Amino acid sequence: MKDSLVKRIWLFYYEGFKSMTLGKTLWIIILIKLFIMFLILKPFFFKNELRSFSTTDEKAGHVINNLIEEN
Amino acid sequence: MLLASLLDLSRLQFALTAMFHWLFVPLTIGLGFIIAIMETYYVRTDNKFWKRTAKFWMKIFAINFAIGVATGIILEFQFGTNWSNYSWFVGDIFGAPLAIEGIFAFFLESTFFAIMFFGWNKVSKKAHLLSTWLVAFGTILSALWILIANAWMQYPIGMEFNPDTARNEMIDFWAIVTSPIALNKFIHTVTNCFVIASVVVIGISSWYLLRKREDEFARRSIRIASVFGLISLIIVIWSGDGSAYHVAKKQPMKLAAMEGMYRSQVGTPIVAFGILNPNKNISQLETDSLAYALEEPYLINISIPQGLSLLVDRKLNTFVPGIEDIIEGGYTYIDGDGNEQVAMPVRERMKKGKIALESLAMYKKAKEAGDEEGKEMALSLLKENYPHFGYGFIEKPTDIVPNVPITFYSFHIMVILGGFFILLFGLTIYLDRKELLTRFKWFHILAIVSIPLVYICTQAGWVVSEVGRQPWTIQDILTSNASLSGVSSSTVLTTVIMFFVLFSILLAAELTILFKVIKKGPGA
Repeated sequence: MKDSLVKRIWLFYYEGFKSMTLGKTLWIIILIKLFIMFLILKPFFFKNELRSFSTTDEKAGHVINNLIEEN
Repeated sequence: MLLASLLDLSRLQFALTAMFHWLFVPLTIGLGFIIAIMETYYVRTDNKFWKRTAKFWMKIFAINFAIGVATGIILEFQFGTNWSNYSWFVGDIFGAPLAIEGIFAFFLESTFFAIMFFGWNKVSKKAHLLSTWLVAFGTILSALWILIANAWMQYPIGMEFNPDTARNEMIDFWAIVTSPIALNKFIHTVTNCFVIASVVVIGISSWYLLRKREDEFARRSIRIASVFGLISLIIVIWSGDGSAYHVAKKQPMKLAAMEGMYRSQVGTPIVAFGILNPNKNISQLETDSLAYALEEPYLINISIPQGLSLLVDRKLNTFVPGIEDIIEGGYTYIDGDGNEQVAMPVRERMKKGKIALESLAMYKKAKEAGDEEGKEMALSLLKENYPHFGYGFIEKPTDIVPNVPITFYSFHIMVILGGFFILLFGLTIYLDRKELLTRFKWFHILAIVSIPLVYICTQAGWVVSEVGRQPWTIQDILTSNASLSGVSSSTVLTTVIMFFVLFSILLAAELTILFKVIKKGPGA
């Protein structure tokens, strides 16, 4: 009996990842890079300044004040 | 001083990240097409040689992609942290293309990439080939959205400023998408990626020829890359000409800096080769105008008479303004609608910019006081002066001049290297036709040395585009200074150092793996 589409897609990816040689090294590099970017850099060094304001009006007011003061 | 330092550091960080990201993107885009062409040969001829060849270049593609992927996201981190005024001010205009790009890239990468790499012998040859072509076209579509966003910053159209939200709101999506700057930039950039990949393929293949290995693989790879590269380079030159035409109309100061041209004339010449006089300093125009006037702009200057006029207006006697001309205004030019206009002096634009900013402050006050009439009045003034909004942040007229030496030399390095690559592709095709590709060691070495040169060329192009448009983040509307957040300089400095270390490690990893794979060769 033919496997279901979902199973075939799963097996396609599973076997593909399993048979990787050079790809394994590359995936390790990608994962380390994403870890550094999203779990170290983003939360500790790249806080979005405007996220400290809860409403759109507050954010707009903050930017308008910055622009007017810059003048 | 603190602000200047924060601005410089934030710009340095953005430049470092963007230039690093741009080391990887062009090869991914260009190589995708070369691989697709090779695989097409495989499907059409059923010759296993082409499958082996395509698979080897796919390995190079995969390494480059893996190291480069997601490095561009760091730029988006910086928008929120270092450039929060900017990222709020541009509203959905910048966000929409980037979101489309993100979604598109995700679906593309999770489906067609998988078929391209895992699908050999699992899907039909034609389905595999289709996936390879879709990956190739997908990468350029991703680039399209990024370039549309960038082009809008260079030539903001299709938007209206909303003083309630302090955001530019999109009112004409198609005007933004079909902006002449965006279309030109897209063609120029993508074909530039094709040229880069072609030079990389020729360079790596030449290394095999130098080592007397993989003769057939190398010669056939070179044949495809040289023809693809030459055709692409012709389009690069054609679109580069279009770029200069648009820059002259929309960003005349950038063009003046590209040419190191302070004072112009009717029938403006173009500098073919030149060395700038380092003592010619535009900031002296206001502080010591006599010393400034006594200095010649160039130490050496080889010019083509009337060349710039011809380039930017297709006429020999057009006046193309220099830096001082733009600052002083008063010359006539044809605007985007074909009407003759008199250029406004920068001081006049600064006054209008101040009025625009004051109107925004008045609008805010009237809104808080519930004064509808005051709001209407302020809004009307703001709208009238909004095209000069960014000039409100300018302290003195010479502040609108970008760094002339960096822009000038980057532009000329790019053009000279572009000329060199025409010769390289032409020579490669000639040697291939005469079956002499394997014979000359000097050619192999030249082709290998061309790999770093092509990267220098593309980075120089990026510098011209981005340094040349300073001090604007959005042309005439917002300066880099006004785009900044309240983040501290020390935080930015820390992340600059961290990025430098991270990027260096990633680059070293890429080169190590790449050299290992190349050394093993396509037979591995």
